[in-house]
Amino acid sequence: MGTSILIKNLTKRFGNVVAVNQVSLTIQPGTFLTLLGPSGCGKTTLLRCIAGLEDPDAGEIYIGDKLVFSSAQGINLPAGQRNLGLVFQNYALWPHMTVFKNMTFALEIQKMPKPQMAQRVQESLAEVQMAGYDERYPREMSGGQQQRIALARMLAYRPKVFLMDEPLSNLDARLRIDMRAELKRLHHVSGATTVYVTHDQIEALTMSSDIAVMKEGVIQQMDTPDRIYRCPANLFVADFIGSPKVNLLEGRADGANSIDLGKFKLAANTRGATGHIVVAVRPEDIAVSPTAAPNAIEFKAYSVLPSGADSTIVAQREGLEVTVRVMGNSKIKMDDSIWLTFNADLLNLYDKASGNLIVSS
Amino acid sequence: MAFPTTYQPSFSLQLLAAWRRFMHWLTSAHVILALLMLALMVYLILVPLYRMIETTLTYQEKDIHYVPEAVTGEFTWFHWTRMLTDEIAQVMTYAPLQHSLVISIGATLLALLIGSALAWMAVRTDMAGRNVINTLATVPYIMPSWTIAMAWTVLFKNRTSGGSPGIYEFLIGASPPDWLAYGPVPIIISSALHYYTFFFLFVSAALMSIDSNLEEAGELMGASRWRILRKITFPLIVPALLSGFIMTFSKVMGTFGGPNVLGIPVGYYTISTMIRADMGLGNYADGFVLAIVLILFAMTTVYANQKVVGTRKSYETIGGRGFVAQRTRLRKWKTVLTAGVIVFQLIVAILPLAILAFSTFMLIDGEYTPSNFTLHYWIGESTPTISNGVPGVLRNPDVYKGAWNSIALSLWTAFFAALLGVLLGYAIAKGRGTRLSKLVEQLAFIPYVIPGIAFGAVYISMFAKSVGPIPALYGTFALLVVVSVAKHLPYSARTGVSAMLQVGRELEEAGQVAGANAWERFRRIIFPLTSPGFISGFLMTFITTMRELSLIILLVTPSTQVLASMTIRYLENDDTQMANAVIIILVTLVLIGNWLISLFRGGSLKKGLGM
Repeated sequence: MGTSILIKNLTKRFGNVVAVNQVSLTIQPGTFLTLLGPSGCGKTTLLRCIAGLEDPDAGEIYIGDKLVFSSAQGINLPAGQRNLGLVFQNYALWPHMTVFKNMTFALEIQKMPKPQMAQRVQESLAEVQMAGYDERYPREMSGGQQQRIALARMLAYRPKVFLMDEPLSNLDARLRIDMRAELKRLHHVSGATTVYVTHDQIEALTMSSDIAVMKEGVIQQMDTPDRIYRCPANLFVADFIGSPKVNLLEGRADGANSIDLGKFKLAANTRGATGHIVVAVRPEDIAVSPTAAPNAIEFKAYSVLPSGADSTIVAQREGLEVTVRVMGNSKIKMDDSIWLTFNADLLNLYDKASGNLIVSS
Repeated sequence: MAFPTTYQPSFSLQLLAAWRRFMHWLTSAHVILALLMLALMVYLILVPLYRMIETTLTYQEKDIHYVPEAVTGEFTWFHWTRMLTDEIAQVMTYAPLQHSLVISIGATLLALLIGSALAWMAVRTDMAGRNVINTLATVPYIMPSWTIAMAWTVLFKNRTSGGSPGIYEFLIGASPPDWLAYGPVPIIISSALHYYTFFFLFVSAALMSIDSNLEEAGELMGASRWRILRKITFPLIVPALLSGFIMTFSKVMGTFGGPNVLGIPVGYYTISTMIRADMGLGNYADGFVLAIVLILFAMTTVYANQKVVGTRKSYETIGGRGFVAQRTRLRKWKTVLTAGVIVFQLIVAILPLAILAFSTFMLIDGEYTPSNFTLHYWIGESTPTISNGVPGVLRNPDVYKGAWNSIALSLWTAFFAALLGVLLGYAIAKGRGTRLSKLVEQLAFIPYVIPGIAFGAVYISMFAKSVGPIPALYGTFALLVVVSVAKHLPYSARTGVSAMLQVGRELEEAGQVAGANAWERFRRIIFPLTSPGFISGFLMTFITTMRELSLIILLVTPSTQVLASMTIRYLENDDTQMANAVIIILVTLVLIGNWLISLFRGGSLKKGLGM
């Protein structure tokens, strides 16, 4: 089950703004692909182009083996004929219809027989744990319940492709975490190809089988969540993914296996790289010690921020600031001297001028 | 689709693609609708305007009396030179223009003063009975604009017009001076008392939306109440004042009723009454020249307003949280001011009607004695000695016909205005941001800047005789409907667009993804969600059309009289009591309509004004 989606050189402009810039993308059947990026990066526009709600300026889109959009051939299949479902950010439940009517809207258009329709509604409601809510009106339900109904409405007509436009962003933090698990389960059970738009990196990392990070209409990197986190293809992706943020330290490499950060040198596997580079190191990849250790560099604890499961320490040394994340409640006090150890095997090196990855860990 | 994917497609393939793209664009519902609306507005607005301008630039049949060598239909500047540079221009154009400006500016300033003072007291002081003030403030505007003018003549008329004395003369014994009885002073006062509602509504809305923190910040810095009012509050409501100013100014510029009742007896012509006089004499081209002058003035003011308010718009978005600032304590003034305001409002709202009603019971106009009391003008049989044998209004088939015409006109207009509102709203809101949508929106706005009487004049030129596919509608009831609907286009468009914009576009897109076509989406999603807005728009159009006079006065004929125009005709025949009785019937109908609106939740006068 599941359908592939193929996008070739897709471009969409709004006036002078290029929202989607020459995007090419292959989505394998059954993938859960997340389009991730800051607001205005074009991720929602790309999703709407796939859905058929925007008219792209150039390029082609195939859903399965069906060409649904081609600027060269002037083909533009209406949204309703693309056999896909879309969950909107604000759910877009029709307020003047009951849950039942909301869910049978598409089925009526498909002229499905009544008994089968009722059965579909019951099945779909059960899938989102909302059985018995058929006669409610949208405003008689909480935000979380409306969210589930929006999902059920999509499930009811069994589309081949699920599109979701920031579906969890209007929920409160706890519900959002519950719904992540539900959505991932739903995808797992249905196997439908899913394209999911979000600006929340945790959502992207936890749910997706693939992530495409976008910036200014261009896909920066498309990879598995683990690769996106471990080996960001450029400084933008490295900086965008991870909380607390990755440490980006500027320095010079001269071909030897060390990098000159100005105040001190850092051992690294530079693989012969030279010139201005940026070292990216995740806060959890730095070891902290309250006492001097071999190869450790002395810093001062500028601020200590415990949050229960882990603690974040902001360390400073001669104007250089490094964020470190340690498990548990740290015993380190503010203004203490601390010693940081950088593991040479866990550093990513980027070319400063282009921002591209040159050496990955 | 087994087309080879090549990035250098052949020319014929490119052509095919372009054609498909064009058809895709053309067949989207909102584009079809927008093009239809465009055609309709060209027909209802641009063509009539063009025909009017054309008429002023060609010789008319009548011109042979002034210019012996005139050939009907040939190009000429004759009408323009006659109206703008000849000796006669002073009387025909410049004096009326000056009068129109005097009463417009005078009435607007007076309305501003009354409206904003009342608004401030109702919103920002601890005055008692603030709800009563709010309700009463809308009453004068609900009544026909010339009601107060008619009551004024009953009260203050003197023998200058050769008629009977007014109540003032009957009580005081002395004839009131001309300046009090007729001309600019009473026109200004009666118009201001009608239009102060605009300022009241705009200013109270603005005052309510000001974030009180802005004023409290000033207070903490040690500013006095008066200083805060002057330096903080006033600048924040300037946009509201300007909107009210422009709306009132252009309405008074084009108003016909008041100047007709109070100006004509002493030969005080305004542009609007002069247009009617020209039309009455058959000098259409002359009337059109004046109409164009009037339109240019109205357009300039609206444009100036947009320039000024446009740059200040940012103020309007401030606050909006709607909590009321600390109210100013009136202390010892509280009782006096409360009583004063409510008495004033009652006088404005009720006294004119009482005076008019009273006068209809007087057999001989001007004799206010018990022996003169009669019900003749209401239920009397036709008597040759009274009013040329016209029977009392409740026995008069003409009055029933007029009442029926008024109701039918209002119903049809409200129906078509609501329908066009739906269509325009969809076409504009769906295509928002495209050039086509902007063009439709701008065209729909044009009637707003054309004063009522000028708009009526435009339609005479269009429909006087049939031209091509355009039938000669002059003299038909249908023409009254067409002109009322066309004049209403700006409000229809605004109601429609705001109703459509309230429905998030996702709701329609969800239908699109589910496979519904444009008609299904409209029928099952958009219409059910927007209909409350259109129903209240329908009701508002109904009562505004009922009391419209300036727009239709040039277009009614004896068989298509409505109540509003009948009042003027009876006045002109010196049947004062008949006129007054008819206007009372009209007010009653309008009040019933208004009561129906208040039953319908969500309908408020402010919404109906389209502001």
